[in-house]
Amino acid sequence: LSQQTNTLNSELFTLTYGALVTQLCKDYENDEEVNKQLDKMGYNIGVRLIEDFLARSSVGRCHDFRETADVIAKVAFKMYLGITPSVTNWSPAGDEFSLILESNPLVDFVELPDNHSGLVYSNLLCGVLRGALEMVQMAVDVKFAQDTLRGDNVTEIRMKFIKRIEENLPAGEE
Amino acid sequence: VAGLAVFNRKMSVIHFFLKENGRCITRLENMGFRVGQGLIERFTKDTARFKDELDVMKFICKDFWTSVFKKQIDNLRTNHQGIYVLQDNKFRLLTQMSAGKQYLEHAPRYLAFTCGMVRGGLSNLGVKSIVTAEVSVMPACKVKFGFLQKLK
Repeated sequence: LSQQTNTLNSELFTLTYGALVTQLCKDYENDEEVNKQLDKMGYNIGVRLIEDFLARSSVGRCHDFRETADVIAKVAFKMYLGITPSVTNWSPAGDEFSLILESNPLVDFVELPDNHSGLVYSNLLCGVLRGALEMVQMAVDVKFAQDTLRGDNVTEIRMKFIKRIEENLPAGEE
Repeated sequence: VAGLAVFNRKMSVIHFFLKENGRCITRLENMGFRVGQGLIERFTKDTARFKDELDVMKFICKDFWTSVFKKQIDNLRTNHQGIYVLQDNKFRLLTQMSAGKQYLEHAPRYLAFTCGMVRGGLSNLGVKSIVTAEVSVMPACKVKFGFLQKLK
């Protein structure tokens, strides 16, 4: 027991995210606003993070949404969060799937206080995915379907493919 | 080795977190303070454990810094009058950035955050301090501490 109480929580990443969310809760009046801000921040991060990802991984262009899902789960999540969510619950049309996270490094040791029941604590992840995929010409809708912080058994992120974004080429180029 | 790769990637993402928090140095320092407190939170406030300032500094420089940044500091100096300067020649929050304009614009954020973190950690150990930091040559960082009270 004395071993436990004398250890440092060395997860800088988790604590920094927690401080970010705490700061937002102070800045904004309600959980809905904080959720929006997390999504927006995530988006801003995602549009830049994709460059880092493409530079460091050796993945080429994905041919379909299924490949995209695999890359997100097996390469991206592994690279940045050290976890590999499972890809499940594909829609019949193949345009929607779920990422099931057994663990989420963002929420280690986190408990939501009672007055923040509407907070989607990890909503930044949705924005990151949305922003990153937009940069590779995919418009997607991302949201949390289940969240262990809010009492669900698992954490589930639902991703839906909306449309392909046409690349804008400068006039005169092929 | 895989663990360190993920750790480095997380450091990059922390950059993004901090950039998204605006340029207000006080705000970033406060965020760091909260992080520092969290890092020490489950560590018992057993003041008998620390005989004097040097003991606290050793803890910060060895256990704290190594645990958080996965590497040891490179130098610790003191003027024997309550001021300590810690030096990390390859500071993890700076190694992800190349030298140049990008550093000039963003380094103050990372330093403010780090100062807050150390100050918060010390605070949870029962020590009030003033902490400042500077970058001498990228990616080397110097953190200067002044203890605001004597340890009993």
